[in-house]
Amino acid sequence: MIDILLSLLILTGAIFTFIGSLGLARLRDFYTRLHGPTKATTLGVGCLLIASAVYFSVREEGVSLHEVLVTLFLFITAPVSAHLLAKAALHLRVKSLAPTPAPDTDTPAD
Amino acid sequence: MLSTVIPIAYALVSLAFLLSFWRLLRGPDAPDRILALDTLYVNTIALLVLLGIHLGSAIYFEAALLIAMMGFVGTVALCKYLLRGDIIE
Repeated sequence: MIDILLSLLILTGAIFTFIGSLGLARLRDFYTRLHGPTKATTLGVGCLLIASAVYFSVREEGVSLHEVLVTLFLFITAPVSAHLLAKAALHLRVKSLAPTPAPDTDTPAD
Repeated sequence: MLSTVIPIAYALVSLAFLLSFWRLLRGPDAPDRILALDTLYVNTIALLVLLGIHLGSAIYFEAALLIAMMGFVGTVALCKYLLRGDIIE
């Protein structure tokens, strides 16, 4: 039973990690590329870490909490780094597929 | 069951490594390359966790934690450099 749960978690995690990197390689502009790794890869690594926590909790006596630390750190830092990357890209005026909004002018829009 | 799933997971994570490495080499702009490096360190954590389950050893988590912290600091420093032209002002 635990074996099946572990296998499912590991497979899900590996597939999501792969999909995240596939998005990074295949999508067409930087702002869409930002989605792949920051969402899918975080979820994938999260699944793998849960699998590891279950595995070591079952195998050894007591609950294994090392993984929770890594998960927490990764889940806190992933949005921060994504935000900083988007900000840097906007600062450098990286090309986007979507039309950029017009800069603010003094005349109000009708 | 676990012994058949782990090699498949290794293969998928290794393919993810290759795809991010391709983006690192190809990436048209600097933010693309930083994003590729960011993905590479997250993939490294995934690979280390898999290795820990495969070998049944809990030593690799400390390495994973260190890589998570250093990778985040590296990403922030590179972004800061692109934004301000300087890291510590």
